[in-house]
Amino acid sequence: MSVSRVEAITVRDSLSVSLTVGAYGIAFGAAAVANGFSVLQACLLSLLTFSGASQFAVVGVMGAGGSALSAIATASLLGVRNLLYGLIMAPHLQVKGFKRVIAAQVTIDESTAVALGSQKRGSDAMRHGFWLTGFGVFFFWNVFTLAGALGAQALGDTRAWGLDAAVPAAFLGLVWPRLEKNSDRALALACMVFALAMTPILPAGLPIIATAFIAIAVGLQR
Amino acid sequence: MSALWIATIGAGLVAFTLKYTGHSIPAHLLAHPRIQRINALIPIALLSALVAVQSFTEKSRLMIDHRAAGVSVALVVLLLKAPFPVVVLSAAITSAAVYRLF
Repeated sequence: MSVSRVEAITVRDSLSVSLTVGAYGIAFGAAAVANGFSVLQACLLSLLTFSGASQFAVVGVMGAGGSALSAIATASLLGVRNLLYGLIMAPHLQVKGFKRVIAAQVTIDESTAVALGSQKRGSDAMRHGFWLTGFGVFFFWNVFTLAGALGAQALGDTRAWGLDAAVPAAFLGLVWPRLEKNSDRALALACMVFALAMTPILPAGLPIIATAFIAIAVGLQR
Repeated sequence: MSALWIATIGAGLVAFTLKYTGHSIPAHLLAHPRIQRINALIPIALLSALVAVQSFTEKSRLMIDHRAAGVSVALVVLLLKAPFPVVVLSAAITSAAVYRLF
């Protein structure tokens, strides 16, 4: 990425996204600890999984009493979109070996979004946007995860600080921008009702995973 | 190894494998519009289900408590187009207040 000069606008976009998104790491670190994860486990989730929605899902499913397998399955279903981002980015990045490993790890919503947003300014700007945002979010997300986890640990009873409501609120904030169409809102509502209805019947975690099949059925129909 | 450790390491491994696979397979394999559409719908389904389960259940029972108050405020704040940190904070503050008062 040092072949050409990085445009100021790319730096500005990447940095502002990195900082604001990275700061949500506080909410994740705190949520992880509130749901019984250790500070080390919270930090490893951010370092290894490095995908906000998937990480919140692991914490949410385990917190609801689900098995490790349903936590991993839910997180993985949410992580499938990163596979598609990788597919989009690979032809532009053209990286192999260790560089591809790094590129894969920082392939997330934000790095892909900034890259695609920079596409009109050329393929250099696109690559710069991807790398800068990817590294930027990675740095801030992990630093803030540690801060949030340590903070929550210091608080003691996390319910008295509202952390058990912060997790569903975070999920709501994550799904909100995706609910522009009425059909998407209907799907969201149906999945909420379904998950609640199945909670007393199915083992914890499964009511959540099962809604993925509703999404697949709807996607095949339309 | 505890369930929390298995979830932590397992989620990380699968997450990376998915990302790396995307960078390594030919693009035309998943170009079908139906797959793109399902890919957009799955997060909506899972995240909505997580909102519901985290807000209104305790173990395997349905439950309305301080969390419901927090998430309701989050919903109102979202309708007012507040940014993400405000959404999470307002939910936490409301829920904490209700939890301590009742």
